[in-house]
Parts: sequence; C-alpha cells; structure tokens
Amino acid sequence: MSKNGQIYRISGPVVTAIGLNAKMYDVVRVGDEGLMGEVIELHGEKAVIQVYEDTSGVRPGEPVTNTGQTLSVQLGPGLLTQIYDGIQRPLPILLEKMGTFITRGVDADGLDQEKKWTFEPTAKKGDKVEGGHVVGTVQETETIAHKIMIPPNTSGTIKSIKGGDFTVSETVCVLDDGTEIAMMQRWPVRAPRPFKQKYAPDTPLVTGMRILDFLFPLAKGGAAGIPGPFGSGKTVTQQSLAKFSDAQIVVYIGCGERGNEMTEVLDEFPELIDPNTGKPLMNRTVMIANTSNMPVAAREASVYTGITIAEYFRDMGYDVALMADSTSRWAEAMREISSRLEEMPGEEGYPAYLSSRLAEFYERAGRVETLEGEDGSVTVIGAVSPPGGDISEPVSQGTLRIVKVFWGLDAPLARQRHFPAINWLNSYSLYPQSLDQWFKDNIAADFPEVRTEISSLLQVEAELQEIVQLVGSDALPVDQQLTLEVARMIREYFLQQNAFHEIDAFTGVQQQYLMAKAILTFQSEAKNAIEAGGMLEDVVNVPARSNLMRSRFEDNYLDRIEGLVADMTKEIAAAAEEN
Amino acid sequence: MAGKEYRTITDVKGPLVFLNKTEPVAFGEIVELRLTDGSMKNGQVLDTSDDLVVVQVFEGTAGVDRTTGVKFLGDVFKLPVSNDLVGRILDGAGRPRDGGPEIIADGKADIIGAAINPYARQSPHDFIQTGISAIDCCTTLVRGQKLPIFSASGLPHNDIALQIARQAKLTASDEQFIVVFCAMGITAEEYNFFRSDLERTGALENAVLFVNLADDPAVERLITPRLALTAAEYLAFEHDYHVLVIYTDVTNYCDALRQIGAAREEVPGRRGYPGYMYTDLAMLYERAGLVKGKKGSITQFPILTMPGDDITHPIPDLSGYITEGQIVISRELHGSGIYPPINVLPSLSRLMGGTIGEKTTREDHKSVSDQMYAAYAQGRELRGLVAIVGEDALNERDKQLLSFSGLFEDKFLRQGRYEDRSIDETLDLCWELMSTIETKYLVRLDQQWIDKYHPDNKE
Ligand SMILES: Nc1ncnc2c1ncn2[C@@H]1O[C@H](COP(=O)(O)OP(=O)(O)OP(=O)(O)O)[C@@H](O)[C@H]1O
Ligand SMILES: [Mg+2]
Repeated sequence: MSKNGQIYRISGPVVTAIGLNAKMYDVVRVGDEGLMGEVIELHGEKAVIQVYEDTSGVRPGEPVTNTGQTLSVQLGPGLLTQIYDGIQRPLPILLEKMGTFITRGVDADGLDQEKKWTFEPTAKKGDKVEGGHVVGTVQETETIAHKIMIPPNTSGTIKSIKGGDFTVSETVCVLDDGTEIAMMQRWPVRAPRPFKQKYAPDTPLVTGMRILDFLFPLAKGGAAGIPGPFGSGKTVTQQSLAKFSDAQIVVYIGCGERGNEMTEVLDEFPELIDPNTGKPLMNRTVMIANTSNMPVAAREASVYTGITIAEYFRDMGYDVALMADSTSRWAEAMREISSRLEEMPGEEGYPAYLSSRLAEFYERAGRVETLEGEDGSVTVIGAVSPPGGDISEPVSQGTLRIVKVFWGLDAPLARQRHFPAINWLNSYSLYPQSLDQWFKDNIAADFPEVRTEISSLLQVEAELQEIVQLVGSDALPVDQQLTLEVARMIREYFLQQNAFHEIDAFTGVQQQYLMAKAILTFQSEAKNAIEAGGMLEDVVNVPARSNLMRSRFEDNYLDRIEGLVADMTKEIAAAAEEN
Repeated sequence: MAGKEYRTITDVKGPLVFLNKTEPVAFGEIVELRLTDGSMKNGQVLDTSDDLVVVQVFEGTAGVDRTTGVKFLGDVFKLPVSNDLVGRILDGAGRPRDGGPEIIADGKADIIGAAINPYARQSPHDFIQTGISAIDCCTTLVRGQKLPIFSASGLPHNDIALQIARQAKLTASDEQFIVVFCAMGITAEEYNFFRSDLERTGALENAVLFVNLADDPAVERLITPRLALTAAEYLAFEHDYHVLVIYTDVTNYCDALRQIGAAREEVPGRRGYPGYMYTDLAMLYERAGLVKGKKGSITQFPILTMPGDDITHPIPDLSGYITEGQIVISRELHGSGIYPPINVLPSLSRLMGGTIGEKTTREDHKSVSDQMYAAYAQGRELRGLVAIVGEDALNERDKQLLSFSGLFEDKFLRQGRYEDRSIDETLDLCWELMSTIETKYLVRLDQQWIDKYHPDNKE
C-alpha cells in the first residue's frame, strides 16, 4: 500500500481504488486528469472514493494519489462577497479557467493567494495566546472587520508580530516555539470548530418578516426548517432572510437548486442596501452554489463547506445566519452515494444514517462563548422539499425532530397568492419563552399578550370558517362576523407581505407590534360601535381603515401609524352615531 | 484498444448486458454490439471494473446472446455538431432519418453536457409573446426560461406547444426563434402532426428534429433529449441562435429511466422511479438559459403527461422542483370545450415578476394579472357554494364574481388555434371583462390604472 494506488472500479461518482494507503475522508486525486475525490469507505485493500467531478471517460487502471489531507476549507480574508462551488472553488476563477461550462480537473484555491490585505495587529510581542485568540484584524469589506485568530489547537507566546500588507499565506505572527501564523487557516469541513460553551439563545434573529418575527420567532443561534412543496416560497423566504435579517454575516448555500436563482442573488445583492448597516448586502455575504446539475458528491460536501465558514465567522464573535436551500437535495446526494455503495437502505432508500447526519448538521448551529470568551452565534435555516409536499417523509421528519422552529409553507395558500405562504395554524416556534424577555425589554411590556391575542383570533377564525363553508357567513351572529373581519385584517394586512415590494418587504419589530395593536384597536372600537347600534357593514368599511392598511406600502409608516389609527377610531365612532 | 471485439458476455438482463475479461473500459464509453445475425446495436458503459463491465443497450437486448460481439469505441457519446443540423431530422440516436446525408461535423460535443457555471449565467428577462392570452397575461414566458406543460393523456398539449412554436416572438426586437424538437416515445401520429405543422409554416427549414417514437427502443430515449440539448447549446452558444426546445413526453423518458434502475436492481424511490431522478432531470432542465458574453439563448418547453392526472406524481413533482414554473392543462376545461384549456390557478411563471411591466409588456400588467387571477379564483370557488345553496343566496359581489369566472373561461381563455393576440389586445380584453365587476370590488387594481385603462374612463 502506498500514497499511489489505481482505479479498480467506476460507477458514476463512486470510484473504488486498490493499493492505496488511505484514511477515511482523505482527499485523493483520481485518474489521469486528477479529479478531486474523498475517501468515504475502506474495505480490506479497497478504498471507496466519492468524486467531486464527472467521471465519464475514466478507466480502471488509472492512478489514484492520496494528498494526505482531509476535505478542508481555506479560512481567512477573501471569503466575503465570494461565490464558491460545493468544495470551495471560487466560481469566478472557474469561469476564467474553464469558460462558460464547468469542465473538470481544475484546481482552485478558496482564497486569493496573491491579494495583499492590510493586517493590523491587536496583540503584541510577549502576549500569551491560545487557539481562537484574536491577534489582529483586516478590514475585509466596508462593514466587516475580519479578525485574524490563532488556529484552534495552537498556543504559545508571541515572539514577533507585524502590521502591514500581506498575502493570506505570509507570516504575520511568530510564536516562541517557532510556529508561524498566517492570516489563512484550514479546517476540515466535517468537524465542528471548537468553542468554550453553548448558551441558551435569548435574542431573536430579526428577519423583518412579520409572520416570522411576531408569531414564530427564531433565536440567534437557533435552527429552523422551512418545508414546502415546489413553488410555495422556500427560496423567496430564504432570500428575504439573507437580505433583511439582522445577522452580521450571511452564508447562503444553493444546494442542488437552480442556477438562475444564484445569478439572481449575484445580480441583486451588490445593489441592495443592508437595512442594518446602510451598506451593500454583498459585503456581509458568502455564497455557495452547487446547483442541481453540478456533481452530486460536491453537493453533499456543500453544506459542510458552508457551515464551516459560518462557524469561522462565529468564532470572531459575529452573529452568522446560514441558509441552506435545499437540505432535501443534500439528503438526496447522500442517498445517491449510499446506493452506489450498495449500503443497506433505510426508509425511502435514504441511508440509515440520514437522521444522524441531519442532527449533526443542525447541532452546529448555536450561540456560543467563543474560545476568546466572546459571544457569537450561527443560526441555521434549512429549506426542505418534501416529495408531493407531504412532510411525512424522512427528511422533513428528521429535520422536525431537531429544529425548534417550523415554518410550514403550504400549497393552497401559495395558490391563493397569500404570501408568504406560511401556514399559521401548523407552524410553530419553541423559542417565545426564551425570547419574551427581549421583546418586553426592547419593544413593549405587553408584547407576549398581543401575540397571544392575534394567534387566538386566527384559531377562532379557522373554527368559524368550517361553519361558513356549510351555511355561508351571513348566517353567523354579528359578533362572529366581526371576528371574521378582524381575522381577515390580520391575514391581509399583517401576515401577507410582499417580498418584492421595496417597503413592504421589511418591517421592523416595533412597527410589527404597532400594526398588531392597530388590529386589536380596530376590533375593540368596532365592537363598541356595533354595541352602540352601528351596522357591521358601515363600521368595518370606514375609509380610514383601508387607508391604514394601504399606507403600509408607503414611506415612514412607523411614524404615521398612530395618527392613522386615531382617524380610524374617529370614523368608526362616527359610523355608529349615524344610525 | 478500440477495435477489439469481446465475446465475454456473462449475463443479459432487461436492457443491460454484463461482461468480463476486458481491457480497461471507460465509464460512459460507447459500445457497439454485433449480433449473430450481423445486426448492430449501440450501448453505453454504466459500471466498469477490472472484473465486470455493465453496458446499457439502447435498442434493447432482444437477440443478444453470449456469442454477441462487443466492441468498445474508446470514447463517450458525442454528437457531431455543425450549422448543417438546422433543417435536419435525426433519429433518437442522432442518425439522419430524413434520407439526407450524414452531418459533416464542425466538431463533436459530449452529450452529457457540462453544467453552466452559475457565475456565467445572465438573468433572463426578455418577454416572449406567445399570442395566447392565458400565458402572456398570467404565466408570462421569458426568454431563457424552462417552463413545462403539465398535461395528461388525451389533452391538447401538442396543439398548445405548436401554437407557441408558431407564434412566439419578442416584442422588443425582431430576433427569431429556431425550434429544436425532441420526440421521446410519442406515437407516429403525434409526430406527424408536429412535423406537418412545422413543415406547413416553413418552420421546419429552421428546425432540428430528434425523433424517438413509441416503437423505437425505449432505452434510446435516455440519450435523445441529451442530443437535442447538445444541438441546442451548440446552436445557441456557438451560432447565436435563440433556440426554443420542445420535448415530449418527459413521462416516457422517466419510464425508461425506471426500467434501467429496475434492471440494475437499484433500490427504487417513490413509485419505483430511481432515487436520482431529480438529479437526472435537472441535467436536462438546467440546460436552459442565457450566458454572459453570448448572444444566443435556450428556452425550454418540455411537455409531460401526469399519470392519473396527479400533480404529486414524482414526474411532475420533481419537474416542478427544477423548472421555473409550469403551465397546467385541465381536463375539466377541455371537457367544457375550451381551448386552450389552461388552468391558470396552479400555473406559475417564476420569472414573470422580474420581467413584466412598462419596459417590456405594459405598466398595468402586474396589477391586471393579479386582479384577473384573484377574481377568477374567487369566482371558481363560489361555484362549489352555489351548487349547495343556490345562486340566489349570493350577495351582489359574489354574483358578479361568479359570472366573471364564466366570462374568464369563455372569452379570455378561449381562443383559436391560429389566433395570435398581442399583449395589448390581451390586456385590453382583461379590462373589458373586469369591467363587468363593480370597481369597488376590484381591490387589486391600482387606481391610476383604473383611471387610465378602465373602459368607463377610456371613452
Ligand atoms: N413572500 C413572497 N412574496 C411574493 N411572492 C412570493 C413570495 N413567496 C413566494 N412568492 C411567489 O412564489 C413563487 C415561487 O416561490 P419560490 O421560488 O420561493 O418557491 P420554492 O418553494 O423555492 O419552490 P422550489 O421548491 O421549486 O424551489 C415565486 O416566484 C413568487 O412568484
Ligand atoms: Mg426554491
């Protein structure tokens, strides 16, 4: 057995080599063209390799070389604004080297090795440092200072450290034992990066989507699943989160989805302004695009590449949000490889380890105390694409067992063009209790009560709708008709939100609260007016109410809303007096 | 190595042939089989090792035995490409079928096709006017889009596809489309229908046809669309053509895929289709779009028939997960004599939002299509209620919506097979129909468009 072996068998992306001295997860070069692959199984003298590039034309007998390294990513300045394939090859570089189509056998560094970055030391000679300690910074983009850390599992006393312009591989710091520290470090993607401890999340990831923040909030460091049939809005929701959520860093993984969707992000993000910093969104974004027609093995790797990059920024003390669209395609890549390995299949042909892989992935989310003692988080939001929209299948179920937030997209709502098509009756978040303090401190003391009132109105509506289906709404008593009217207002004014409308796409939590209060005000005023003898029809149709609702598409709504509510109150009272 | 003939077949199973004791054979390599009667078949390597080679035979394995000679041709499947493809009719394996000469190749292109680098793509946003109101107004087709027709057996999807092929044009420029047509397991009658229509309109001279019919080998269907898309890519990205690829029927393609999976004893996914069908279909559907620095484009119009009219069946389901929307044909509308029987409610064009508007179609388009859709959806829903409580129980608004839903089908959806409506005509027609509903109920229309386009205000 040696570093070099030869190909014994090729079956699609799975290649078996003999005579190769290999450990699990070693990266190898396969065939005359040196295609990149990873050892995923060892059987006696045979090593089974998943290959990240197309294997057509490769023959038994061609060489296989072990690089001795495990699949890892390059971490350092240059990650932000970049778009990678599933194994961290920058797509712009591949375009330069290969042209329009992705051919094979081309290697590319994850980080630009030539570019010089200005390193400013924050540690000094004589400082004792350990893995994860920050020794300096690089202003990577306008908004993000990239902190240069001692790699995990390294420690010592700084012998020398110097500021200035360096490439990512040049030494910027030397420890007393001679260890040279460069700005770039490597990390094997399948291993979580270390931290001191995990904390319970206590801060919401504010997304600007009303139904999410208000009814089903996600915590910074939490994990959410978005299952939904095709065309129900998973991608639009994920992209909205990437645009508007108040994370400091966003990692967006297009895993086995459409090429055009990534192009859209590439076109749009540099133009869009981050509502939280006022700077282009691209500055905080790292993208990974391994589309549906790119090699499946690299699709399998893409989520690990993404989450490792996310953890790396977390370790600097940032709040990172990671979107994976779609985790089902990742699971399918596992299934495809597993079936080539002729493994014993579990449910629906997925490998028996599917649920543990899902759990391991979502477990890499969390709010942590970093090795340096800072607070950092990775929030994970995974889209799930259940066949036929039926979530009783293994990937949905495996996901729901782990995540604490479930945003269920629903085909009937999408068909009614109710967007976001998140079903408010079956979605849930297990975070409200841990987040309520934040909402009380930062928004309003009665925030939890207002939320409860709004969601119970929606529950009541669902029950009333069943009756209406049978007898029509005119048969209901007037107070119940009013309840239906209020619930309709919740749906049309509050829950529906146009992701493509410049103003409506993002609503701050303060405004969400005021909008919810406005609905409750409408309810109580209308109720009083009807008790005072007003006609339901007149009371609910006052022009000031539709004005209140429509104005949310206009600028400065937050400042105007109280005035609009007051107008509505006046008109409702007047409508009662007319009778 | 190419040239040596092996007679080492050990097993034959379904469309697969297993043989051993060969020189190293490449994965994906093309294979020629010589039967005892001298006839020839073609195949491709699916699995290769020092001990065993698995070959998938395109024409099926009828007549193959242990004495069949197997020759490996040393290369993966390639299509000879040249501008001369235009105007030609080829069979499902790329051989001339029109009695014409062999294609003189400018080059050879690997038919599997490499993925377009997402960074090289350009977002599609040129409006294609099909002249069909339901499509232009509600599920707008965009150049570079992949927009399948979800149909079912016995419905007029072919007429719709042909009408689109005849009428598709850009309103913003006079660039023309050429058609690449790919038949997969359709009947000779259906094929003749396509061919004679293309011939009659003169489109055939500017088209390339790849034809695998129902009585042609099923396994060959796995390469036919790849040939067609390879030709399309070549014509679009080497010769600047705007290519409209119509392929039918994806369901037959998937069934061939299932057959191979079963023969290999793979663990089947839903309804017996292979677990990798999503990826496999994506390798067809994703070969659409525009790329930076090239003038041409590929727009895909795949047709599939939903088994049992079931949209959750794996074939439409996985397709819907990959394509950029779908046009759904309804048996119910067809039954009521409406052509084209497009059900706009489950239909969707995902690229529409970023395309329509003042610059491409008309400023009121978005508002109008939202309102048409909403009013029709509500009207349709009321039909159910009316069946129970009777029309008299409806209030005024509901009565208007109900009657609108009938007009929508009769006047808006219904049009002639040769009726080519401009987008202006389509939108004006929408206004005319919407004006049967009192304006106060048309809440999705912007006031400024009501002022400008409502028939009451136009006079
Ligand atoms: N919040 C929203 N606001 C407006 N339109 C929306 C919204 N969400 C979804 N849509 C509409 O629904 C369409 C489909 O959404 P999207 O592409 O996100 O679906 P998906 O669930 O990702 O589907 P697939 O699984 O096939 O990728 C969009 O093109 C858009 O027209
Ligand atoms: Mg999507």
